[in-house]
Amino acid sequence: MHHFEDLGQQKEASALGMWLFIAQEIMFFGGLFLIYTVYRSLNPHAFAEASAQLAWQLGAINTVVLIGSSLTMAMAVHAAALGRRKAIAGWLVLTIVLGLVFLGVKVKEYADKFEHHLVPGPHFHFEGPQARAAEVFFSLYFAMTGLHALHMIVGIPILAYMAWMGWKGRFSPEYHTPVELTGLYWHFVDIIWIFLFPLLYLLGAHQV
Amino acid sequence: MSERTAGHGREHGQGHGHGHGHGENHVVGVGLYLAVFIALLVLTGLTVWSARHDFGALNTPVAMGIAVVKATLVILFFMHVKYSSRLVQLIVACAFVWLSIMIVGILHDYYSPRVTPAQVPLPALSRE
Repeated sequence: MHHFEDLGQQKEASALGMWLFIAQEIMFFGGLFLIYTVYRSLNPHAFAEASAQLAWQLGAINTVVLIGSSLTMAMAVHAAALGRRKAIAGWLVLTIVLGLVFLGVKVKEYADKFEHHLVPGPHFHFEGPQARAAEVFFSLYFAMTGLHALHMIVGIPILAYMAWMGWKGRFSPEYHTPVELTGLYWHFVDIIWIFLFPLLYLLGAHQV
Repeated sequence: MSERTAGHGREHGQGHGHGHGHGENHVVGVGLYLAVFIALLVLTGLTVWSARHDFGALNTPVAMGIAVVKATLVILFFMHVKYSSRLVQLIVACAFVWLSIMIVGILHDYYSPRVTPAQVPLPALSRE
């Protein structure tokens, strides 16, 4: 190790690099949130009506599932910091299971949207004079939740690899940086959803 | 919470002098994680409850305010930023400063009155 003064510095460099990656991810999603803000301010009523078409109960369940997966992820990092081999693998597997539950609910929601002709494109159908604006809402819905789901699909194999490494005893109180960085990524994905849930699912809730 | 080694976060935060932070871990306790988890659940409930009431112009600020509190809890405790070095804390803060520059700048541009150039004839380009 010629690049670092000591292990502490090396760890900090890893965390710093991960946070820089997350910073650009924030800008990446931030652009979508910005597009959402502009279009919603132009079409507030259409956005509320379109939002009311989403099953907010499913969105709420998924919020709880994802917050739960953040807890199990935090527990996995905790177990890694204590060098508990089986606990690392166990908490990570639980995190994967919750991630898969989230994606399963998402698949159900997407299927419902296809069935009800709420997917933007030639088959889009929305009652009322503001159908075009509603279509914009659903474009943003699919772009934002799709990109979010893609991040989870990328994250789950990484979690599985970490669980495997943990099971094989590769992590110790001295070395568990990969689990920590995976945790940062997973919590970031949770944070995006924390903002997506009220912005997409709950706009029309007080009107219905 | 009791498992957290007291003062370590601060020591970590002073930047690494030589010999600091040799493989030590700030182990944040299980109790704190559970408390954050429960707070996040309560705030999710509050988000749903508030969405079903009409606060007029405050609907979105209320929803976003709760979301910001939730995100802050995740960042500080689940992502350990409260116990991270000053440098990491600075980068996290910068991420949100950059985000706000983008949002404020573009929204400002978008909502400024349109300054359309008057109907000035375009200068002739290489015409006789």
